[in-house]
Amino acid sequence: MLADRDRIFTNLYGYQSWHLADAQARGDWDNTKALLAQGQDHIIQEMKDSGLRGRGGAGFPTGMKWSFMPKESKDGRPSFLVINADESEPGSCKDREILRHDPHKLIEGALVAGFAMRARAAYIYIRGEYIREAEVMLAAIKEAYDAGLIGKNACGSGYDYDVFVHRGAGAYICGEETAMLESLEGKKGQPRLKPPFPAGAGLYGCPTTVNNVESIAVAPTILRRGAAWFAGFGAKGNSGTKLFQISGHVEKPCVVEEAMSIPFRELIEKHCGGIRGGWDNLLCVIPGGSSVPLVPAAQIIDAAMDFDGLKAVGSGLGTAAVIVMDKSTDVVEAIARLSHFYMHESCGQCTPCREGTGWMYRIMERLRSGEADVGEIDMLQQLTKQVEGHTICALGDAAAWPIQGLIRHYRPELERRIADNVREAAE
Amino acid sequence: MADRHLAPDTPELRARWGNFAWTPEHVEAAQAIIARYPEGRQRSAVMGLLDLAQRQVGAETQTQGWLPIPVMEFVARELDMPAIRVVEVATFYTMYNLVPVGRFHVQICRTTPCWLRGSDAILSACKARGMSKGHTTADGLFTLTEVECMGNCSSAPMFQINDDNYEDLTADTAGHILDELAAGRTPKVGTQLPGRHTVEPLGGPTTLTEMVDANHDYRGEW
Repeated sequence: MLADRDRIFTNLYGYQSWHLADAQARGDWDNTKALLAQGQDHIIQEMKDSGLRGRGGAGFPTGMKWSFMPKESKDGRPSFLVINADESEPGSCKDREILRHDPHKLIEGALVAGFAMRARAAYIYIRGEYIREAEVMLAAIKEAYDAGLIGKNACGSGYDYDVFVHRGAGAYICGEETAMLESLEGKKGQPRLKPPFPAGAGLYGCPTTVNNVESIAVAPTILRRGAAWFAGFGAKGNSGTKLFQISGHVEKPCVVEEAMSIPFRELIEKHCGGIRGGWDNLLCVIPGGSSVPLVPAAQIIDAAMDFDGLKAVGSGLGTAAVIVMDKSTDVVEAIARLSHFYMHESCGQCTPCREGTGWMYRIMERLRSGEADVGEIDMLQQLTKQVEGHTICALGDAAAWPIQGLIRHYRPELERRIADNVREAAE
Repeated sequence: MADRHLAPDTPELRARWGNFAWTPEHVEAAQAIIARYPEGRQRSAVMGLLDLAQRQVGAETQTQGWLPIPVMEFVARELDMPAIRVVEVATFYTMYNLVPVGRFHVQICRTTPCWLRGSDAILSACKARGMSKGHTTADGLFTLTEVECMGNCSSAPMFQINDDNYEDLTADTAGHILDELAAGRTPKVGTQLPGRHTVEPLGGPTTLTEMVDANHDYRGEW
């Protein structure tokens, strides 16, 4: 188990103040000038060596992403860092804690990351529903400006850097990086086609990198303690520490920072008081937020909670939003409710998603009640395959996967409901 | 979503809201929002200005606020944007209220993590007080809306009422909060579990225990 001295987010639970002086006493903003003096290319290399993979769900190597940014502006366009605090994936509730309890970690991270990628400024895009969290971020940013940590000559480094907050207003799709850029530009959050990628043409057509809150907030600690320290946790290719968010049918739902690759059983036993009703009562788990397929109990119990370990059981780490379901759960209703979520959140731009999420939800509702024909199970599977991979952004895939997981692992339950319904109708 | 409709553009609406202008305080706030974006990119401020305008309408009506069309047109003029572009944004993002709401906008999450922890019972507690989804109670106090995942999954179930979150709800504590608000009092926000602080495991954190009582500096142990 991870030792407390190796936990990055020491004020995770907000027992202490987020204000600058208290954050500094915990180690934030400790000689940031020296971190910047390591040099832009050195910082990027260090982040690559740390093995940090994006914490927003996709797990793309963060250092590599930063290296895609132009080293100099050949045409006068500035570069931007956009920090994705749109956290809206069902099950995810970690970035909220960083924003409201450890905001200075994020602001310092924004500076070192932005400096390394030669950015002019950072925009922190905070989902509209995080109202109090945005108030804290705005106040913390003001503290950082007033102390000369950001703004002109940030930390006395000679580098000018601004940090701004942009508030969303209720749209899960704005968590998709190009939809976020559209929203920042004052438009509906409808994703763009990629290519071109944001590093080539992003915010206002300028080179832009979009990173998750957690990915940026861990950067200063990685640079202080070294890439080797961070890479020392977790299995190969799955480095570092991670904020896990456990919800659903455990005794004690919580958010906790642990080492990557921790076995599921250990995570739940050590921090969550076990499964409600005991381990034999576990039905299944969605290990990474609603966009990854569910994993039945037998396969998840000893799985390593990391990118590769969960891929091996047909799912994914995503944001490490662990949704636990015990045997009292109507698993069909649980998935149908997720289908409703995707239908609600579709931006409407492309036909397979706009129409497909509606159909997926309506058929899921029929399967939930059993008032369906057994042939609709395969029809629904086919429908998910027509959506998956055929949409402008990954929301279509994300809507398809939970249903595919349900059919893969619980087809007998779906058939049973239909048979029961037929029998009841006959009586 | 297809079920979001603008309030009808009537002469009465125009009479009431046609002269909308920022309060002196909001003139400054609006300028601060616009200043976050590069020169010539003031359209980026449309979301922030719509939120500010909605709050001002709320202050004037003693409700959470909403966006009548003349107010959207005002924002469009402020940002030198075609009005339709502002209407597009206002209709796209769900936090912009397109019709009047009550004093307290009760937004209950029923996405799967909250549902697993009993959001159905919270919805029932709201309905027992005469609320129904998409409507405002006759006394103008409560509007009930079902919302999608609010990011409080480890302290579920929850609802957000205007700017505050109430978490770890039971039917009893949810009802108590609504009764307190109706009586003009200010119930405790955040987790409603007496033994819990924020999102640590109930009963006490299993990690970082030194942080509970002191601003502990772990650097000495690195």
